[in-house]
Amino acid sequence: MLHLILFFIFAAVCIAGAVNLLAQSHPINSALSLIVVMGSLAVLYLLLGAEFVAAIQIIIYAGAVMVLFIFVIMLLNAGIEEHSGKSYVAWFIGIPSVTVLVGLAVYSLVLYQENSDPAIGPEPILGSVQAIAHLLFGKFLLPFEVTSVLILIAIMGAVVLARRGES
Amino acid sequence: MNSSEPNLYLWLIPLLPLIGAAVNGLFGRRFPKKIVATVGLVFVAAAFALSAWASVQLLHMPLDRIPYIEEHLPWITAGGFQVDFSFYLDQLSMVMILVVTGVGFLIHVYSVGYMEHEGGYYRFFAYLNLFMFFMLMLVLASSYLLMFVGWEGVGLASYLLIGFFFLKDSAANAGKKAFIVNRIGDFGFLIAMFLMFQKFGSLNFSDVFKGASSLPVESAGAGILTAIALLLLLGATGKSAQIPLYVWLPDAMEGPTPVSALIHAATMVTAGVYMVARSNVIFNRAPIALTVVAVIGCVTALFAATIGMAQTDIKRVLAYSTISQLGYMFLACGVAAYSAAIFHLMTHAFFKALLFLCAGSVIHALGGEQDMRNMGGLRQKIPITFWTMTFGTFAIAGFPPLAGFFSKDEILFQTWDSPYGSKILWAIGLVTAGITSFYMFRLWFMTFFGERREAEHGTGHDNHGHANDGDHVHESPWIMLVPLAILAFFSFTGGWVNIPKVFGGNNLFDHFLAPVLSAGAATAEHENPGLEMTLALTSVVVASVGFAFAWLFYYKRRDLPGKFAAALNGFYTLVRDKYRVDELYNRLFVQPVIKLSRNFLWQQVDVGTIDAVVNEAANSAQHISNEARRMQSGNIRSYAGWVALGAAVVVAYMIWAGLQ
Amino acid sequence: MVPLAYYLGLSTILFCLGVLGFLIKRNIITIFICIELMLNAVNLSFVAFSAYLKNLNAQVFVFFVMVVAAAEAAVGLAIIIAVFRTRETLNVDRVNLLKL
Repeated sequence: MLHLILFFIFAAVCIAGAVNLLAQSHPINSALSLIVVMGSLAVLYLLLGAEFVAAIQIIIYAGAVMVLFIFVIMLLNAGIEEHSGKSYVAWFIGIPSVTVLVGLAVYSLVLYQENSDPAIGPEPILGSVQAIAHLLFGKFLLPFEVTSVLILIAIMGAVVLARRGES
Repeated sequence: MNSSEPNLYLWLIPLLPLIGAAVNGLFGRRFPKKIVATVGLVFVAAAFALSAWASVQLLHMPLDRIPYIEEHLPWITAGGFQVDFSFYLDQLSMVMILVVTGVGFLIHVYSVGYMEHEGGYYRFFAYLNLFMFFMLMLVLASSYLLMFVGWEGVGLASYLLIGFFFLKDSAANAGKKAFIVNRIGDFGFLIAMFLMFQKFGSLNFSDVFKGASSLPVESAGAGILTAIALLLLLGATGKSAQIPLYVWLPDAMEGPTPVSALIHAATMVTAGVYMVARSNVIFNRAPIALTVVAVIGCVTALFAATIGMAQTDIKRVLAYSTISQLGYMFLACGVAAYSAAIFHLMTHAFFKALLFLCAGSVIHALGGEQDMRNMGGLRQKIPITFWTMTFGTFAIAGFPPLAGFFSKDEILFQTWDSPYGSKILWAIGLVTAGITSFYMFRLWFMTFFGERREAEHGTGHDNHGHANDGDHVHESPWIMLVPLAILAFFSFTGGWVNIPKVFGGNNLFDHFLAPVLSAGAATAEHENPGLEMTLALTSVVVASVGFAFAWLFYYKRRDLPGKFAAALNGFYTLVRDKYRVDELYNRLFVQPVIKLSRNFLWQQVDVGTIDAVVNEAANSAQHISNEARRMQSGNIRSYAGWVALGAAVVVAYMIWAGLQ
Repeated sequence: MVPLAYYLGLSTILFCLGVLGFLIKRNIITIFICIELMLNAVNLSFVAFSAYLKNLNAQVFVFFVMVVAAAEAAVGLAIIIAVFRTRETLNVDRVNLLKL
């Protein structure tokens, strides 16, 4: 029961953060709203028993990536969004498509949900650090090493791209 | 072929001139004129020597080994249809190859001198050798299809040689006219070949003749053999310049004179006669076709002779004379006297080539003058030409003992006496003989006798690089005169191979060709010497009457022709304008075709439909892409919109599919 | 006892809000933030399935998704900086030189 209440509270926080992200006109406010969303998502992960994922969500996503975003917003001195002409395609094709997507999702999830699905409740924590580590350095060792190469390339790319000219 | 049969190397006979044509055609531009001439002459001489040798071998072969068929490579093998490269030598083709290579060689020698001052020397000899190749293929072929190859090829060589002076509009047009009119005849030949294949399953001579001889004579009405024969006749009228397809031959005189001699007198135009004679098995079983052949030949002979009476260009007179003499040959074929036709073919080759070469010599002597009204009094100035031309003129007029008398007489006798002949045709042939004699002696008198009448009626045609002044009349070089002498000799003696019994001979030629040409046809046997003597005397009398009129009109009283022409003004202009047949054809056939091509086929089909389709395709591609490029707006948000739409569609489809 | 469907519904809503933001917003950095929102929504559904199916592979996958998202954010922001230097604007409507 507590599980369900907690879920609804933090789901509401998520959605409120996301809506606020869309409503704000200054990018810094949108970034801060995203941090709120990420925090409540971390709580939801904990509810699902994924300790490790929750931890890295806060540490890496909210702690590093969003900080990077905020630094860039500060660096570029981004201001309030201007009003330029709207894109017909985006408004008249995109928004109805999103509505359709939402409708389809609601339709398929709500109306075709089987009552015999086992609900997810408080259970032994599945995603402990040890278990994840076993997988990461066991079965998924190659992808793990490849991602380190990927990060290296991303670093080099970012440095090269953001460099100021040859002068 | 078993080893006991001798190998006659027939394939070399056409091949040697082809090699000469290739050498001269590809490399001749860089050779000096002497080398070009030597190449041109050597290969033709070799072909003649080989033909002579092969003929001697043939004479020694037993009769059941003839025809001698030499098979080489297979050519077309398609299902049940098989045609090979194989050559066929029997008595008829032996006569033809000897005439073609012999007269051809003499004309080659003559051309070395005649074309000395013309440009394109190597080209001329290359084309001439090419013509020899195709003509020899035609007469040595052992199937109708291979003969057709030669048939088309001589048409091509004729086009190239008529239009030899291609910078002259009239020459180029004449070449085109010859080729196109020939094509009409070739169409008939083709359809005949299709019918033959359908009926007999093959186009080889042996198969076709064996098949045809097993069919009955179609005396009741028209059957398949009549159809084949009439279509073959259409082809022959195109190539041999008979009514209705003769109109190209007078225009073909635009070519150099040796070309007129070789192609349009001695060899190419006789291809039609050869083809009809070769197909005698078919014609003998189609009496209707034989009648048509005889009528066409007879009418053409008279028609062309009347036109020849009023022409003023020396080569035109000879051209119409050729048409007329070819008409005689067709008349002979039409009364099933094929060997008489071939005999006349041979003697005509001699004296007509001689007449053309002499005319060329006269033109050469006068520096390019071709209008007889500007000639005269040349008898003392160019004596050798005069005497050889005299031989030719008397031969064609049919005076004994020259060659023309025996051959023409044989034809007239067969026309009177053969079961396929008729007295009316004989009468027309006799009148034509008289007219022939008249216009030939008119030519003779106008050219060589009297006073020189200079340049009253316009200047001559191809200026030979000599100055066009009257004192410069000179005899031709010896290289042109030797062939004239040889041909004059043959015009005198050539008829002696077929002297009929009534004059003490034995009809050697007829008997020689009998195994090929007399199978199944009942021709008149020479059993009636009294009749034959009477007919012979009649034709000599008629020829003499023609001579007398010519002497009167063009020697004794020169004013008479003018008065006659004035009196018969309408008829005279009609005859002089060749009965306006060319104008009629132009109005009936040429103009409608031009209008159709221009207004319908060009404007509507080509520009309006085909071009329009292509242009419209391009335009619509452009319109569509103009619309489609609006998607590439460079606006990220619209791209995102399209992606969202795509995602929605995919998800909807998956849900729908999952529900099925 | 939260049914799986609720987690998936939340994930879908977050994802569609991200798409909506991508379509509506004009500032390039805000659009990037919406992309991060979409990635987070997907992560949520991965983890929900992992708990439901009792399979840890999905959580490892979430780990990789985060790594890639971080790398992509770094490179993307570097590109934005480079574009900003030449075009002097952060408005995507102004950056339309790829128009045909």
